[in-house]
Amino acid sequence: MRMLINVPESVVPDALRGMAAAHPELTVDVDKRVVVRRDAPVAGKVALISGGGSGHEPLHGGFVGPGMLDAACPGEIFTSPVPDQMVAAAAAVDSGEGVLFIVKNYTGDVLNFDMAAELAEDEGLRVGKVLVEDDVAVTDSTHTAGRRGTGATLFVEKIAGALAAEGAPLERVEAIARQVADSARSFGVALSACSTPAKGGPMFELPPGELELGVGIHGEPGRERRAMMTAGEIADFAVDAVLEDLRPEEPVLALVNGMGSTPLLELYGFCGEVHRVLAERRIPVARTLVGNYVTSLDMAGASVTLCRADEELLRLWDAPVRTPGLRWGV
Amino acid sequence: MSGKVTNDAGGSGEGGEGAQELDAAFFARWMTTAADAVSHEADRLTELDSAIGDADHGGNMRRGFEAVREELGEDVPGTPGAVLMTAGRKLVSTVGGASGPLYGTLLRRTGKALGTGERVGREELAAALRTGIDAVAQLGGAAVGDKTMLDALYPAVEALADSGGKDFEAARAAAERGAEETVPLQARKGRASYLGERSIGHQDPGATSAALLVAALAAADAGQDAATSDSGGSE
Repeated sequence: MRMLINVPESVVPDALRGMAAAHPELTVDVDKRVVVRRDAPVAGKVALISGGGSGHEPLHGGFVGPGMLDAACPGEIFTSPVPDQMVAAAAAVDSGEGVLFIVKNYTGDVLNFDMAAELAEDEGLRVGKVLVEDDVAVTDSTHTAGRRGTGATLFVEKIAGALAAEGAPLERVEAIARQVADSARSFGVALSACSTPAKGGPMFELPPGELELGVGIHGEPGRERRAMMTAGEIADFAVDAVLEDLRPEEPVLALVNGMGSTPLLELYGFCGEVHRVLAERRIPVARTLVGNYVTSLDMAGASVTLCRADEELLRLWDAPVRTPGLRWGV
Repeated sequence: MSGKVTNDAGGSGEGGEGAQELDAAFFARWMTTAADAVSHEADRLTELDSAIGDADHGGNMRRGFEAVREELGEDVPGTPGAVLMTAGRKLVSTVGGASGPLYGTLLRRTGKALGTGERVGREELAAALRTGIDAVAQLGGAAVGDKTMLDALYPAVEALADSGGKDFEAARAAAERGAEETVPLQARKGRASYLGERSIGHQDPGATSAALLVAALAAADAGQDAATSDSGGSE
């Protein structure tokens, strides 16, 4: 497997150096592994911090900037960051109004953010926490580590980031983050396995003519393998899996997310099918975002995330955002 | 570096057969032997992890234990408890994932339970290990049979306790058997749990690395190299 890298060991720091070069509006500490808004701490504003394993770009570093995150902590590839990173990030961005940790539900992320919260609180910071657990492919939650955090993370970071930018206190920012996390569900499919630089080849074998339903974003195989389906059939399956859990009575925000190596041409075709299914189920779509946002290295495939959105959520979704990965209204 | 520590231990261990026979140098040797074993077996850990996880367990553990080796190479703390607490903190700061907090907690809590004495007895170590393993179970919300590192650690500490803390070799064998017996289990914790029934038929990488840690303890006791003894015994 050919990769555009130097050596597998330096993929993450190499990318951070590139990020620093491309984005002077960010402070990128390659040694401490934190990406911070250059103007942090922003006076009077609650600071949002997220992080997780690398390999999901633009999540999370690409979402640092006005209207979204104040800092991101990238771990090694598919490995959660260590508490020292979150503590360093919190010290860099806290204005005195407190920090909110946005955590995807994986055992490692939860344990490391919990330890970091304890350490930051020991230093006198106020720390809120929200857990994103939106992947409906993981259902049997008493026998698993619980639902994975995937596409809904983008909705949580954008909407809570907008409310924080308005100067809302920590309790309200945390509450809306939780509301979004509770209102959003996702389902993903893989058309190929991803390859990590360390392994140098695919993480699982997917024979030609088959696809994997219910995949996560770490190259772990999904729950079920089937003969290849059309974009329309995949949309039927994915949207129904999400709706079965979400049962929206309001319009929805839709994220049609590429996993890394599926072309936008295919993603837009898939997006059209997702809209068709939602129209058939009489669910209005208020906003749609299409692109590679919560990726899994070079995996081919897509995920659908739907979020029930009231007027307030829509207003915050539409608010200006200026980050490397998401940018509008400015 | 570890050779120097070993020699110092030999020099100061003239009290010999007393109950408090394990000193800080012994625990430092355990950690460096573990670093050797993890380095030696990193590819195998990653291979196991690629079947039911995300193919990074070997690399993450190697990074952590090499950092521990470096830390202890600079300065060995004066007590067994302090050696393990230092190593545990280092793992938390360098490993990431779930393994960092879990292995970090195992060593920190075991170290804390050993107290502040300059020497500890073998029964004390067995009891302290159980405290550390209980802390891991609590932190991860896991139990024996969930296909985790606990499936190697609990049998090991039970074998150790059964022998009054004497038989590190029995602990090693029990840990290895425990790791092998994770093959038919369905994972209920961690990333492998997402696979449901598809996690059956694979040996758990966490139980495997835990067995390496126990093997390193036996090797440190026997004064031999864990990496060699493990590769000899793994067939």
